[in-house]
Amino acid sequence: MKNIHVSTKVNGDEMEFICPPDETLLDALRGRMGLSGAKEGCGTGDCGACTVVMDGRVVASCLVLGAEADGAEITTVEGMSTGDTLHPLQQSFIDNAALQCGICTPGILVAAQNLLERNPDPSETEIRYWLAGNLCRCTGYDKIIKAVQIAAAEMRGA
Amino acid sequence: MQYMKPQTAAEAATLLAQNAGAARVLAGGTDLLVQMKSGMIEPQMIVDIKHMAEVREIAEEDGGLRIGAGVSGQQLGEHAGAVAMWPGVVEAVELIGSTQVQGRCTMVGNMCNGSPAADSVPAMMAAGAVARIAGPNGVRDLAVEEFPLGPGKIALEVGEFVTSVFLPARPKGASDAYLRFIPRTEMDIAVANAGVNIALAADGTIKAARIAIGAVGPKVRLVEEAAAAIIGTKLEPEAEAAMVAAARAAASPISDKRGTVEFRIQVVGVLVRRAAHIAMARAKKAGENT
Ligand SMILES: Cc1cc2nc3c(=O)[nH]c(=O)nc-3n(C[C@H](O)[C@H](O)[C@H](O)COP(=O)(O)OP(=O)(O)OC[C@H]3O[C@@H](n4cnc5c(N)ncnc54)[C@H](O)[C@@H]3O)c2cc1C
Ligand code: FES
Ligand code: FES
Repeated sequence: MKNIHVSTKVNGDEMEFICPPDETLLDALRGRMGLSGAKEGCGTGDCGACTVVMDGRVVASCLVLGAEADGAEITTVEGMSTGDTLHPLQQSFIDNAALQCGICTPGILVAAQNLLERNPDPSETEIRYWLAGNLCRCTGYDKIIKAVQIAAAEMRGA
Repeated sequence: MQYMKPQTAAEAATLLAQNAGAARVLAGGTDLLVQMKSGMIEPQMIVDIKHMAEVREIAEEDGGLRIGAGVSGQQLGEHAGAVAMWPGVVEAVELIGSTQVQGRCTMVGNMCNGSPAADSVPAMMAAGAVARIAGPNGVRDLAVEEFPLGPGKIALEVGEFVTSVFLPARPKGASDAYLRFIPRTEMDIAVANAGVNIALAADGTIKAARIAIGAVGPKVRLVEEAAAAIIGTKLEPEAEAAMVAAARAAASPISDKRGTVEFRIQVVGVLVRRAAHIAMARAKKAGENT
């Protein structure tokens, strides 16, 4: 098994790492780059806890090979806040109790941010469908949807 | 395991042919990585085909569209031309998985996985889609209805892979639709599914039709008898009943935890009927707008 040299950009920073060809992007992020925001829930694309943005698209990093990140641009939950200032979505999740254990939260935040970049004023149905691949075992989805709606309104300046 | 990213189709075909049995094509990876992780397959080589320019684009060709084998579901859904021309195919692709899956999955990967329940395949068959295949002996075209051979089995020879799928140009007053039945609204495998493509004559009768059904047999299949039942009609109740009966007669499902034989046969008829009416309504509208 020949290790692979990967050059990528994560949250705006140039990153280089070496990994075996069968290592997932999720494992590379967590194990090699020290970015433990993305979580492993299922490892099979079903739960969304490992969600990151790759070249502008929301993906399950457990179903991406680290080697595939070569030349790509990745955004993780670690890239959401600006210094100590939380992203409006992060603040809204805290303010509206949209999390308990928080295992699902990074993936949901990343997916929701990507949605709001595409559509600043999504309907409740649009939010529910967009986040259908993000499972949460403890909070209940209503609070999550509400937190996204409130953050969206704030970001629109409403 | 080796990870390769060939830059040309010829290079990819050579890698696949030289490592027959040990190499696997990687497109979106949403089936492949799950199978690798579960230990179902242990490839010694992964051939990532996404680095060939031709594979990543949607191109207009002879009035139709050529969809590269690396085009993700989301990319297809963002293509206004594809949505307008082949709404049924796009809606089938957009039913695959979640947003996260859509960001990666491809319609060609869906077809090459060989699942009898694959969402995009009935829609592609109904559309008359043609797969372009590259291999050690050059390039060939194969109609999508010839592609699935059985569960997990597809009509590719050693060293061959699909570079694109062609969705043909369509006449005025034609459209398509795809429906599936699943127990929940998102992220599930079809218990039965159906794709219908209809072209209308100037007087509103059905001039041409193609109907395909999936998840109700060992492979997705085109049901010519069902299409024949509505050609020359306006989908009146009698023609509709004959179409539904033909679709049910063509179904040979198994019973499993997702549905019984009786249920699947019943439901596939309902799906064909509803999809035909949606395709019909869209075709009328497409005729009015042109
Ligand atoms: C959470 C989740 C939900 C899902 N939901 C659905 C669903 O609702 N409906 C559905 O139909 N599927 C579903 N799937 C399955 C999967 O996402 C689809 O089948 C998808 O379209 C596969 O495309 P891919 O590009 O990711 O394929 P890959 O995983 O890259 O490839 C699939 C197979 O085809 C081969 N292959 C890929 N491309 C080519 C090519 N160009 N030439 C030759 N061989 C090739 C690969 O070697 C592999 O064996 C789901 C998967 C996950 C993880
Ligand atoms: S860990 Fe990737 S989707 Fe669950
Ligand atoms: S907060 Fe615990 S899984 Fe969502």
